[in-house]
Amino acid sequence: MNVKYNEKDKLLLLEITEEIDHHLVDILRRKIDNEITRYMPRKIIFDFNNVSFMDSAGIGMVIGRYKTMNMIGRKSRNDKC
Amino acid sequence: MSGLFDNEMKLEFSSKSSNEAFARITVAAFVAQLDPTIEELADIKTAVSEAVTNCIIHGYENKEGIVKIIAKILKNTVMIEVSDTGKGIENVEMARKPLYTSKANLERSGMGFTIMESFMDEIDIQSVLGLGTKVIMKKAIKPKEEDEEETKLG
Repeated sequence: MNVKYNEKDKLLLLEITEEIDHHLVDILRRKIDNEITRYMPRKIIFDFNNVSFMDSAGIGMVIGRYKTMNMIGRKSRNDKC
Repeated sequence: MSGLFDNEMKLEFSSKSSNEAFARITVAAFVAQLDPTIEELADIKTAVSEAVTNCIIHGYENKEGIVKIIAKILKNTVMIEVSDTGKGIENVEMARKPLYTSKANLERSGMGFTIMESFMDEIDIQSVLGLGTKVIMKKAIKPKEEDEEETKLG
């Protein structure tokens, strides 16, 4: 996963390049939550362009981050899926 | 296990989440002989991934165990059986409901069985509390049109 942060717009861009399954989700979740705590972004964009596989664990992970962002009063959206 | 099927394979592995990719890729490689489309193969990989994940987090609750996969081919249909000898499902009807999850704290989406149902042609769930769960899925791989090739060549 590549992480880009745009300071001006407080935008966290997450480019995911791995196959998203239950195994990866456990690792990804920790990394993403770290980035959220670090930057406190206003918005997260998930880029799934280079994802060749995703199952229900991935859906759970995205919904989970959406809830986290709501909880801290921010927004998250899925880009180009 | 005689000549009832055209081909079959068995796979047993530890209930570690790192084996999920191994399981779905192995099944996909076995199914490849039916010449599936990318979409059909993606459907099968996703369904297998869901079933194996269920064995690991629900059946064995992340404890040690063996996940077993049997795949059989008869004509253009593949039958995939994924089983564990874990704790079993108390209420299969409930478990099949979209968005239902017994592990909401784990950020599960509750879409596992729904995905298996919609990506495969048939699904049968057998479960006995304390003994384990077996999920049997079937999918027919559509034969590719021969004349399509000829038109291209012509």
